[in-house]
Amino acid sequence: MAAVPNLVTMKGITKAFPGVVALEDVDFALRRGEIHALMGENGAGKSTLIKVLTGVEHPDSGSIELEGKPIQVRSPLHSQELGISTVYQEVNLCTNISVAENIMLGREPYRFGSIDWKTMNRSAKTALKRLDIEIDVSRPLAEYSLAIQQMVAIARSLEISGAKILILDEPTSSLDANETALLFDVMRKLKGEGLGIVFITHFLEQVYRIADRITVLRNGKLVGTYDVASLPRLELVAKMLGRSVTELDAMSQVKTQAEQTQAVKPVVQANALGLHGALEPLDLELHRGEVLGLAGLLGSGRTETANLLFGVDAPDSGTLVVKDEAVKKFSPNESLKRGIALCPEDRKAEGVVGELTIRENIILALQARYGWFKFLDKQKQYTIAQEYIQLLGIVAPSPDQLVKNLSGGNQQKVILARWLATNPDVLILDEPTRGIDVGAKAEIQKLVLQLAAQNKSIVFISSELEEVLRISQRIVVLRDHKKAAEFTGTVDDQTVMHAMAGTV
Amino acid sequence: MAQEMSQPRANFNPALANVMQWLRANVVRNGPLLTTILIFAVAYVVGGQLYPAMQKPQVFFNLFINNGSLLLVSIGMTFVILMGGIDLSVGGMIALTTTASAALLKMGVSPFVVIPLMLVMGVVFGFTQGSVIHFLKVQPFIATLMGLFFARGVAYIISLSSITITDSFYKTLALTSLPIPFIANTYIYIPTLVAPIMLLVAVYLAFFTRFGRTLYAIGNNEQSALLMGLPVARTKILSYTFSGFCSALAGIVFSISLLAGYGQFATGMELDAIASVVMGGTLLTGGAGNVVGTLFGVLIYGTIVSILQFNGTLSSWWTRIGVGVLTLIFIGIQSLFYFRKKHG
Repeated sequence: MAAVPNLVTMKGITKAFPGVVALEDVDFALRRGEIHALMGENGAGKSTLIKVLTGVEHPDSGSIELEGKPIQVRSPLHSQELGISTVYQEVNLCTNISVAENIMLGREPYRFGSIDWKTMNRSAKTALKRLDIEIDVSRPLAEYSLAIQQMVAIARSLEISGAKILILDEPTSSLDANETALLFDVMRKLKGEGLGIVFITHFLEQVYRIADRITVLRNGKLVGTYDVASLPRLELVAKMLGRSVTELDAMSQVKTQAEQTQAVKPVVQANALGLHGALEPLDLELHRGEVLGLAGLLGSGRTETANLLFGVDAPDSGTLVVKDEAVKKFSPNESLKRGIALCPEDRKAEGVVGELTIRENIILALQARYGWFKFLDKQKQYTIAQEYIQLLGIVAPSPDQLVKNLSGGNQQKVILARWLATNPDVLILDEPTRGIDVGAKAEIQKLVLQLAAQNKSIVFISSELEEVLRISQRIVVLRDHKKAAEFTGTVDDQTVMHAMAGTV
Repeated sequence: MAQEMSQPRANFNPALANVMQWLRANVVRNGPLLTTILIFAVAYVVGGQLYPAMQKPQVFFNLFINNGSLLLVSIGMTFVILMGGIDLSVGGMIALTTTASAALLKMGVSPFVVIPLMLVMGVVFGFTQGSVIHFLKVQPFIATLMGLFFARGVAYIISLSSITITDSFYKTLALTSLPIPFIANTYIYIPTLVAPIMLLVAVYLAFFTRFGRTLYAIGNNEQSALLMGLPVARTKILSYTFSGFCSALAGIVFSISLLAGYGQFATGMELDAIASVVMGGTLLTGGAGNVVGTLFGVLIYGTIVSILQFNGTLSSWWTRIGVGVLTLIFIGIQSLFYFRKKHG
């Protein structure tokens, strides 16, 4: 096993940011001619590890060796010079200039004091040929598909550094099946040439299709490095989520309240609803007074589903029927009118307005629905705010408290209150309990169940399986951007994990 | 029926189809530039029809004589806008250059000292603006607006009234006319040559140097350019420096042709320059455009002014209205082309 020398050895890497330890004593080794998958849920430390390797961040402690020699990566540019190239999820190229320029920019061949376009185009062509791609390199990059753009990015990074190490950060997240296959061909070819490839992805299937070894991180700590062949999928998922499989086996089944299946028509019905590159066609039903859990690993398509249901994105296939009416116009505003509300995942970026008071935050959505010209008088605003502060148990001295001064859990409740104030029939909650303490989590869960009892329909999205199991009457499991399974009534978490891992 | 119709088209002579495809691709790619040239041609011909005096060849050369300064600052502006920035200080910089050089010349300083000194001043001024924008992360709009106030303010501090230039070298430059070969009764002046030469330099810089290509990249996506390892900071600052240099050069040309320096010169020229750049097909958000288009943008501006002059009865403010309407139309056309590229 030790026969293959390591290309890169990272030892005892620790990196702390104010208030959080992003990496704690993590070891990572990449061999020549291997594809090494780096796995972990959000906050596991994958991106920090990559940033350390590419010089974006500097480790607090630990050492990095490149081909046996200790190195210190000073900057992204320095890492490129060392032969470490990164291709990010979003193609970081300039789409307005030609393919050739995108590959060669920064090292354009000069002749008689001016750029030698002929040589430049020829070199670019050669660089792409290495990846078995032949296109007109003089055309603007924007004219080509995302997959080709990705290849161009790879060609650029190979061309720049004569790269020994290629880091692919979620390269397949916006590619379709054919494009992914094309990328994999390129990856295999480069692997054959002796490159070490670090592959970060949320698609389990792809890991098993292409990777040789897997390193799993969780909460900034190394869980382990494994040969793909020796690590069954279920075990991988268990490691990512931080459970042991045997422990799971022994665990008693968690019951969910099985509601009598209602004969009435569903409130929301999606038929083959899909969006190219985001979600494969999916069927979904949501009944009155039901909590539907959406389970799946990060990047499995949960948020994409929520965005389609709420009309943030318009689907390009399938139909969505809300309260017996086929949806034609997809927009959040239309959805609100139909009585659907969405609490987005990232409450800081998309949810609360920290500089406004609790009352103002709660009133926002209601005001939007009333139109900007109908004035809600202050007294009424206070009444509404007070009502929800009590109902949800928001801990604050007064409705005039600035939201930024509240705890995470209370901020989350303010968002909930905001949407509840519009009196929606369907509430989509995307990760409502992330980053809040256990007590607050329990309260939010209780609230969700109360709302369902009041005949509201709820789509509950969470990375925490226990939570989904505890409060959902039905669970839809997503994997690799499609529906993997659906469970009604009692189900144990191992079954769901099997579905998440794709080993059913 | 429709299928039958399309059948023969598919079997259409393939060579011709190729040519058609090439034409279509290139016309779409250069659409904004071609539109600019077309509008200039139409405006010029219409002007010639309305006012036969405009048909004289000299009228065409007058466009260059009268708009040399505008073309110079527009060239600098094109680079800054391509990179995704804006430079509002150019008009102020012209005023400052004319006043400072007139004052220095009056003090008896040799023009061979004054001219290089002004150019250095332009470079330093542009470099400072670029550095403030890049390192202090000040919005270009704000930083260069302050630059405008500063430059014009200093010009008034140097002199509240217009200073006449009596230097003999300046006079020679201003008054020596150069006949255009092969075309009878036509001429230009020596300073008229500066802007066209600068245009050639600009074309070289834009299309045949790393600096130029990096400008396009930054204008398209600064973050990407940074991650591609391109010298973003240097290129950004250099583009403002270049614009500062062009403004100083424009100021020198301005002072030579008017033989005076005054703080009120070139009021609002920054806006005329931006309008010319946009009419020339450069995307106001950066990343796409062509400095050759800017020449035609300036020529359109000049043609509108000429038509109004030949008319003689219309208020000169109609120039602004015409330029404003055309600029808006161009922004519309650009969105259209951009939209087609995105979805085509």
